Amino acid sequence: MLYYDQNKNYRDFEVLRDENKCIQCQVCVRQCSYEVHTYDEKHDEVTADQTKCVGCHRCEAFCPTDALKIRKNQSEFRDNALWTPQYLKNIYKQADTGGVLLTGMGNSYPYPVYWDKMLLDASQVTNPSIDPLREPMELRTYLGAKPDAVEVHGGNGHPRLDTSFAPQIPIEYPILFSAMSYGSINLNIHVGLARAAEEMGTLYNTGEGGLHPTLYQYGKNTIVQCASGRFGVHTDYLNAGVAVEIKIGQGAKPGIGGHLPGEKIGPEISLTRMIPEGTDALSPAPHHDIYSIEDLRQLIYALKEATDYKKLVFVKIAAVHNSAAIASGMVRAGADVISLDGFRGGTGAAPTMIRDNVGVPIELALASVDERLRQEGIRNRASLVVAGGIRCSADVVKAIALGADAVYIATAALIAVGCTVCQRCYTGKCPWGIATNDPYLAKRINPEIAHEKLANLIRGWGHEIQEMLGGMGLNALESLRGNREKLRGVGLNETELNILGIKHAGA
Amino acid sequence: MEINAKGIYYRDLNKMIREAVAGGERSFVLRNINGQRYIGDGIEGKVKMDLYGTPGQDMAAFMKGPEIVVHGNAQDGVGNTMDDGKITITGMAGDIVGYGMRGGRIYIQGDVGYRVGIHMKAYKDKIPAIVIGGKAGDFLGEYMAGGVIILLGMFGEDRNGRPAAGDFLGTGMHGGAIYVRGGVDEHMLGKGLKPEEATPEDMKTIRPYLKEFCQVFGLDLNGILDGSFSKIAPATHRPYGNMYAY
Ligand code: SF4
Ligand code: SF4
Repeated sequence: MLYYDQNKNYRDFEVLRDENKCIQCQVCVRQCSYEVHTYDEKHDEVTADQTKCVGCHRCEAFCPTDALKIRKNQSEFRDNALWTPQYLKNIYKQADTGGVLLTGMGNSYPYPVYWDKMLLDASQVTNPSIDPLREPMELRTYLGAKPDAVEVHGGNGHPRLDTSFAPQIPIEYPILFSAMSYGSINLNIHVGLARAAEEMGTLYNTGEGGLHPTLYQYGKNTIVQCASGRFGVHTDYLNAGVAVEIKIGQGAKPGIGGHLPGEKIGPEISLTRMIPEGTDALSPAPHHDIYSIEDLRQLIYALKEATDYKKLVFVKIAAVHNSAAIASGMVRAGADVISLDGFRGGTGAAPTMIRDNVGVPIELALASVDERLRQEGIRNRASLVVAGGIRCSADVVKAIALGADAVYIATAALIAVGCTVCQRCYTGKCPWGIATNDPYLAKRINPEIAHEKLANLIRGWGHEIQEMLGGMGLNALESLRGNREKLRGVGLNETELNILGIKHAGA
Repeated sequence: MEINAKGIYYRDLNKMIREAVAGGERSFVLRNINGQRYIGDGIEGKVKMDLYGTPGQDMAAFMKGPEIVVHGNAQDGVGNTMDDGKITITGMAGDIVGYGMRGGRIYIQGDVGYRVGIHMKAYKDKIPAIVIGGKAGDFLGEYMAGGVIILLGMFGEDRNGRPAAGDFLGTGMHGGAIYVRGGVDEHMLGKGLKPEEATPEDMKTIRPYLKEFCQVFGLDLNGILDGSFSKIAPATHRPYGNMYAY
């Protein structure tokens, strides 16, 4: 039995330095916030303590002579399909600390990815495809409750609309930036997200950490969040954006709250959260004023009253087994938009067991929620925005064909600014300057460049969405929404096809 | 402005109030209030409201500045996530009074329900306070992150019998302080908390709140101060600091 941390040498990664290429420039020493690399002056040599490496690849990316490679540790345990190294290492760790295993980002287990088991249709012969480069292609989406019917009067070329509409938010792309709080990520990223949302005519979401004073100017492209901790929630904040999102749950950790550790509560975070520096920011698991659908209605309407019915109210839940019934209740409670976060959704910190074992894949949850709302004849009363593992524009198109109005992306947005999904966001040491508020590290994100990259991502996906639409002979996203005829399953069983409401490929 | 609220739907009533405030009205007398929800929600500035009757759920939620006097009882959610202002309730109030409250004061002469003062906050000199003249249900001050709760147990309905506080008082609290007149048994507190006798320094802190409480309800301050007070303060500002395996 070892009397020190048994994991010490069972490290996850190996840092390979090609001594022929290394010029002892020490870039890696400065770039690695986990202090893996050190410079040994006596021998004029850079060495590595590989046990500390989290595999973020920052040093590799910055090494000017390509001397560094980060590999999975080659050392192998004897093969065992049940007792894989991950379980062994976790147990050693917990035997040492008695703690709860913590992780970051989304579920990393190989559960089926249904996006990859659905194929899109395209036009051939009988209906012409459309070339988006030459013909108008409508991606604009209006979020908000739609009336059951529209009444007009006056014909004779001068029709007048009698029906009054609930407030609507137009978005130019069906892609929103999902909630990431100031605290879990830093202000530079928030600025990048806000500006990209502004440029591209879409929305970003503040997350539950309040809103930095410098970001109020992006209100037209902002969704503010109201979570159980009610951090930084006040009238100016509620009125700052175009919508307020009540966060009930999050795909990465359904059913549990959030703890932003006291070490991360510096002066600026303390200002926006309105709690003292160094105190843990605890978001209780439930909102203590919401124990039922009726209570949810109460908070929805308290928010609507407080914002004079001018703001949309989103309600965000994690996709869980009975999401469809809950979603029906949410719509009846008055939610204008339902945000549904699947179990692959990311997070700054979550207990590993929860992240990897709780929830429902977003594809299935989306299909069942959309279907249920249609059956009940209330689908028009709320928009549906889905999140949790949207990786590319094809995922977006498939989500819309399954019934979503738009998607939320967060992990993809962070990857756009450098994140390598090392899953160690909870340490606050993100070497890419993203999930950190350490000023030295946060400086690594330039808000202008972040803005540009995020806008580019939306732009690129937008073109691809137009192409896929055109290929199907559609010239508006609206024609694809909930149009499951455009999807076919591959390798799915009867139950899965039924839930997704699609036919198997070939049928 | 005086409004007879009898039979007016909450949405119309609140709209009337909002529009009047936007038009410069600063003083309201609302009569025959009977369960209308969300009165005073999100209202800002120096506005005074006198409510006669029983206002409905979530009164003064997200409120920033106004003063509301309820001549009667109030329901659940009074001062939910309230930012600033003053609420006075001559009767009793329901559950979750002052949830996530970040500033201002709430004075309730009688009893309150469950989960009152949950997750109250404080930031610099912005310190919210709730004074309860009667008794409180379970989970008073749960998750409390800042602010002051004072529980007197003196002016409620059931003066005999059950203790002033309910069970699980201050569970998970990591800031602020709860004061209970007449003391509280340790077994009723959240895990890790211990009641301490309030020091003269503590009494100096709570005196202004008690003084104002007596002023608004016409009560005798000495009659309150001549009892002993227990203080419950968080054991740590980082209740879950050691919970995780890194
Ligand atoms: S920078 Fe990242 S990849 Fe490189 S050694 Fe440090 S932790 Fe490992
Ligand atoms: S945000 Fe940073 S810490 Fe989190 S996964 Fe990405 S690179 Fe790693």
